[in-house]
Amino acid sequence: MAEPALSIRGLTKVYDNGFTALKGIDLDVPQGDFFALLGPNGAGKSTTLGVVCSLVQKTAGKVSIYGTDIDKDFAKAKYNLGVVPQEFNFSQFEKVEDIIHAQAGYYGMPLREAKPRCNQLLKDLGLWDKRNGPARMLSGGMKRRLMIARALIHRPRLLILDEPTAGVDIELRRSMWEYMKRINQEEGTTIILTTHYLEEAESLCRNIAIINHGEIVKNTTVRQLLTELDTETFILDLAAPVEKPPRIDGFEVEQTEGAQLTLAVKKGQRLNDAFEQFSAHGINVVSMRNRANRLEEMFVSMVDDDNAKARETSKAEVPS
Amino acid sequence: MNPRQILVALWTLVFKEIRRFTRIWPQTLLPPSITMTMYFIIFGNLIGSRIGEMDGISYMAYIVPGLIMMSVITNSYSNVASSFFSNKFQRSVEEFMVSPMPDWVILSGFVLGGMARGLGVGLIVTVVASFFTDMTIHHPLVTLSVVLMTSALFAIGGFINALLANKFDDISIVPIFVLTPLTYLGGVFYSIDMLPQFWQHVSMANPILYMVNVFRYGILGVSDIPVSGALVAVAAFIVGFFLLALWMLKRGKGIRS
Ligand SMILES: Nc1ncnc2c1ncn2[C@@H]1O[C@H](COP(=O)(O)OP(=O)(O)OP(=O)(O)O)[C@@H](O)[C@H]1O
Ligand SMILES: [Mg+2]
Repeated sequence: MAEPALSIRGLTKVYDNGFTALKGIDLDVPQGDFFALLGPNGAGKSTTLGVVCSLVQKTAGKVSIYGTDIDKDFAKAKYNLGVVPQEFNFSQFEKVEDIIHAQAGYYGMPLREAKPRCNQLLKDLGLWDKRNGPARMLSGGMKRRLMIARALIHRPRLLILDEPTAGVDIELRRSMWEYMKRINQEEGTTIILTTHYLEEAESLCRNIAIINHGEIVKNTTVRQLLTELDTETFILDLAAPVEKPPRIDGFEVEQTEGAQLTLAVKKGQRLNDAFEQFSAHGINVVSMRNRANRLEEMFVSMVDDDNAKARETSKAEVPS
Repeated sequence: MNPRQILVALWTLVFKEIRRFTRIWPQTLLPPSITMTMYFIIFGNLIGSRIGEMDGISYMAYIVPGLIMMSVITNSYSNVASSFFSNKFQRSVEEFMVSPMPDWVILSGFVLGGMARGLGVGLIVTVVASFFTDMTIHHPLVTLSVVLMTSALFAIGGFINALLANKFDDISIVPIFVLTPLTYLGGVFYSIDMLPQFWQHVSMANPILYMVNVFRYGILGVSDIPVSGALVAVAAFIVGFFLLALWMLKRGKGIRS
């Protein structure tokens, strides 16, 4: 089998202030994958990606990009890598076009080769009209797309995006998703992204790793993860509004609107049990659908579990 | 990277640096031209005519080489210090760091960019000076090599300063408190022969004195100090500082967490 696009072994990062941000991470991202790295604020996502693209110095561990160990030949590894960081990192005073051309130059790509590629990227990403203005005149979403164009100029085989759609409106987010899907499918670019919009991982990614407190707590396929969900939430539309949410034994019911309830069903529970009780209350359910953000719920429950565990252990450590 | 790619990368950086300081020319090219014109008018023409000769040369002709050097030194230094620091500040250093460019290319790109500004301003000042005094150059080779080396040395210094700096103030401390006094005391306006023995010895510890004097020797053919020794010393400093800057860059000092 081909070597993974990204392989991480035992990655540890202790920052200068003594804080351990990564506690020995292992991760493999196969070639051509669309991979999500998920985790709450401060989990260590940006730190992990920072090590991969040389912005953060690792304390221990091994990282290979398309089979090239970054300790042995970082330059070679970097040719395969494009990075879109979480925070804006271009000169605000330079022209959009110049920023992308310069980046090509840093990879040794001469201007005559960079120009047509840059033009194509600017058009694809909807920045063509802005190419001659200084970067500071772009809107937040445009700045992010500028960083995507810049990251792709040297045709990397692995594209890393740290929260690419933060601060991007829904419509634009969808068009960026389409674009990322396209380069993943048509050009075979491996994509890794971190995101807080969990819907994003759900609709884009094949594989997913969840990181918390500097550790990978879950690494699986998105599909597998969804089936592992032990609770699913349904949105129920009622024939007529109700005063207050009914008490349904064994289930959690919440009212979202007058004639709309949510019903949380745990694995193994039977929907019939709930509906019998609704009927007994004289409530007629006309339609029912899954709540969109299933992954988010899963994620929240997982992190909560973890936090609960952490509280347990820290309690245990306190002598009484 | 192969040699051709390295050249492309280096040229990209240098070109970008040149574009930067020419874009903001009212901050970079104009002020030194105006200040130096003032110096020439006030010290050279008005006061100089009363001072008479220095080392057998008209006072105006005597101060010109020092003032050119002063412009080269401060501009080479500040260009790299402020450009690299602003790249740090805006995080655009990350553009270089994620690229396959070797550290020495990054360093050389900035140094050459700084030299372009230092020498550019030096040239402007030279042209201005030629309106006030005859600008025949006695030893073109010595003149050229000392000005190039001085420019390179201070550009490297600016780079180190930018790596160490945490805020904008940190890049103006050295030019104001170190470079300017050392240049003034480096025999720009007077020959150290005029100083008492003790201060002559103290002055000899000032590296800028040597560069100014060698440069003046190149232009006018007179010098307070041995020329070749000074050139070798400057070359040694360049190598030393270049390696230091490279080591700091490799360690990620101030740019990598
Ligand atoms: N330069 C630094 N020095 C010390 N600690 C740091 C530094 N950078 C990050 N950290 C800490 O390391 C941890 C992980 O940070 P990181 O930026 O990797 O999180 P993240 O998962 O990307 O979070 P977010 O979703 O908020 O972007 C955090 O606790 C953070 O405070
Ligand atoms: Mg982050």
